[in-house]
Amino acid sequence: MVAVQSRLDRLVRPTFGRHLLFALAAAVVLLLLSSQIGAYDDYNLTAVAIFAVAAAGLNLLTGLNGQLSLGHGALMAIGAYTASLLLKDHHQFPVIVVLLAAVLSTGVIGIGFGYAAARLRGPYLAGATLTLAVAIPQVATRYKSIFGGESGLTVAPSSPPDWLGADFPPERWLAWIAFAAAIVTMVLLANLLRGAPGRAFKAVRDNEAAAALAGINVARTQVLAFVVSAACAGLAGALLAYWTGVTAPAGFTLALSLQLITAIVIGGLGSLAGAVWGSLVLVFVPLLTSGMASRLSLPSSVADNLPLAIYGGILVIAMLVAPHGIQGALRRILAYGRARWGNTPGGGQKGVVDWDDPAPDT
Amino acid sequence: MKSVMGGNALRIRAIAILCLAGLLAACGTSGDSSSGTNTASAPGITATTITIGSTQPLTGRAAPGYSEISPSSNAYFNYVNDHGGINGRKITYYYYDDGYNPTNTASLTRKLILEDKVFAMFSALGTPTHLAVVDYINSQKVPDLFVSSGCNCWNDVSNHPYTFGWQPDYTIEGKILGQYIQKSLGGKKVGYFYQNDEFGTDGVKGLDAQLGASSVPDASRQNYVPTNTNIGPQIAALKASGAEVVVSFSIPAFTALALLGAAKLGYHPIWVVSNVGSDVTTLTGLLKNFSKGAVGGALLGGMVTDAYLPLTGDSANPWISLFKGIHDKYVSNLPWDANVLYGMAQAYTFVQAMKAAGRNPTRASFVKALETTKLSGGPGLAPLGFSSSNHLGFLGVQIYTIAADGTQTTTGPVYTSSDSGPISQYSGSASTPPANGIP
Repeated sequence: MVAVQSRLDRLVRPTFGRHLLFALAAAVVLLLLSSQIGAYDDYNLTAVAIFAVAAAGLNLLTGLNGQLSLGHGALMAIGAYTASLLLKDHHQFPVIVVLLAAVLSTGVIGIGFGYAAARLRGPYLAGATLTLAVAIPQVATRYKSIFGGESGLTVAPSSPPDWLGADFPPERWLAWIAFAAAIVTMVLLANLLRGAPGRAFKAVRDNEAAAALAGINVARTQVLAFVVSAACAGLAGALLAYWTGVTAPAGFTLALSLQLITAIVIGGLGSLAGAVWGSLVLVFVPLLTSGMASRLSLPSSVADNLPLAIYGGILVIAMLVAPHGIQGALRRILAYGRARWGNTPGGGQKGVVDWDDPAPDT
Repeated sequence: MKSVMGGNALRIRAIAILCLAGLLAACGTSGDSSSGTNTASAPGITATTITIGSTQPLTGRAAPGYSEISPSSNAYFNYVNDHGGINGRKITYYYYDDGYNPTNTASLTRKLILEDKVFAMFSALGTPTHLAVVDYINSQKVPDLFVSSGCNCWNDVSNHPYTFGWQPDYTIEGKILGQYIQKSLGGKKVGYFYQNDEFGTDGVKGLDAQLGASSVPDASRQNYVPTNTNIGPQIAALKASGAEVVVSFSIPAFTALALLGAAKLGYHPIWVVSNVGSDVTTLTGLLKNFSKGAVGGALLGGMVTDAYLPLTGDSANPWISLFKGIHDKYVSNLPWDANVLYGMAQAYTFVQAMKAAGRNPTRASFVKALETTKLSGGPGLAPLGFSSSNHLGFLGVQIYTIAADGTQTTTGPVYTSSDSGPISQYSGSASTPPANGIP
């Protein structure tokens, strides 16, 4: 009995339990929040959850394993096309099946690409992943009869179950699906990063030779990081297919990959929370700037481009003010507060910082 | 078809509207008059306003030319607002930039419907972009008017009862261009150059229906994708196939690239170009730009194309002088070209439809009115064909040619058709605009 208890303790108390508690709290907050706000806000929060899934995967790869990918938009496209092909011709599949299929297909492609990526470093890796971003949308255009060409494949929305009532907004239902997917992803990733794989990721990132000497299989670690990261992108892509209602090459341009990189840099490289912050910025700042631009009466050539210009400006300022991203800045503020008022429960950083980061104070 | 009302009746009506507007301005919302009271009869309609919305490529690869459409529609709405609005209601038109990216279209359309609470979607541009939202818009039972795309996918009454097209679909255009080739360029070898999506393939469908699929061998069927500007191999293949007439279903940038590519090879077929890729102002600019000033509009000499609206250079046409006047007053910063005319003509059709729906329409009664009222074509060369079984607008085009100095000359009558039916000559005469320019 005692043995079982201590075993359970060992399993639950340090990390898994904490993550689960955190996830439960997040689920309750999101559930309450989504029921209080309008359908359009639900729709935007869904986008945050979707981008958070993809950005968390990319942050694991780039922030924690040091592999830069310019091709995550294309991996999202693979997930989105998997979902859309399953739902083609009004086929009915439960959402969970569609999402898992997308994770699986993107994960498998991630293995292949991960092996290639593990042989490449720095700019060569960036270049190789760039080809992915450029080539994948072309495949959809080339094989029109399967992928629907430029106009893509339409995706029927997942309608809310009957027990929620007839006038339950479909936007809220999709938001719940996306929140659930995001929370599950975050818990799984947090556990992975807390364990041996997470430590291996960081060891390889910091010094490959040292990691190899310590007995870590560098190539396998890199492939693993790529596969997990790709699976996240696939999940996000499938959710995006539901969210957009269509999967078309124009939705998966290089710009999408760059947006994801923006999200993790702004949010905070190497931290899962940073992926969430970055996704919030990615979704809400453009909404804000387009509102600002339309309120000024400017010539159309200026007004049309102003939202992008303001968005760019905000990113520049954010990087100047918080070079370690939003999560880095928050840590700094917390650390400052702790030093100032000397309240350090559990001692030092550990109590606050949930998962790793690349040394915010250096 | 003649304008439904005489000038006098319209003038009286316009005065009545102006009086009503004055009344509204004087005493707030007490819009009592003998002809009824304005109520907030539907989302987006209040006693004093009608709100509509659109998604447009204001930036990005589809922006050149097309970004002029929505400001031009808005200019016409402002003109109507300055003349009393529709039944005393002012039109508010929101148009957002989706950059021709369906992901953006999806979220902006939700913003328009859920947040801005528009009465109807209007003139949303693009086939892939609008396909992303057409199911959603119809599930919300929001009128989806005059999609700016010639895809015949908008004519799907059973699945999309709220969606209406406006411009002739590309298949009809292909058939009428094909007929011109048979009649006026008979005996010449024909080749195709087309965009590899619904736009190009629908056009080819129409051409094949007219010319016979076997008359054009595979070697003479060349296509392009808009993301790859290297079209040299396709043009060389057309030259090698010996095509003397090349029909091009291409957007302006690729029409210009094809003309330059052919000129470089010393290949000079007769170019027959779809309406969306043949605007002289846009093409001249692109040719100068691509060739770094080496060639200009002269390369357009001899081109054959078609139109469903009057030509922008036809200053004797009363529609052109009306819209040119509004352009000069409200959006003089835009060049006066076919895109501006397109936006204004669409806006004119919207005002027509709004008036046909009566003083206090609901979304459903508005759609019903659009299906059952015989609207005049307004500036269109052919009448509008809306009915409960057809949601396409203009069903006919007229062929015109372009001279080396850019002069455009119409040739032959206006022909009408449908995707599967025969081509017939349109015998009605062109309508004239009402005196105050408002239907």
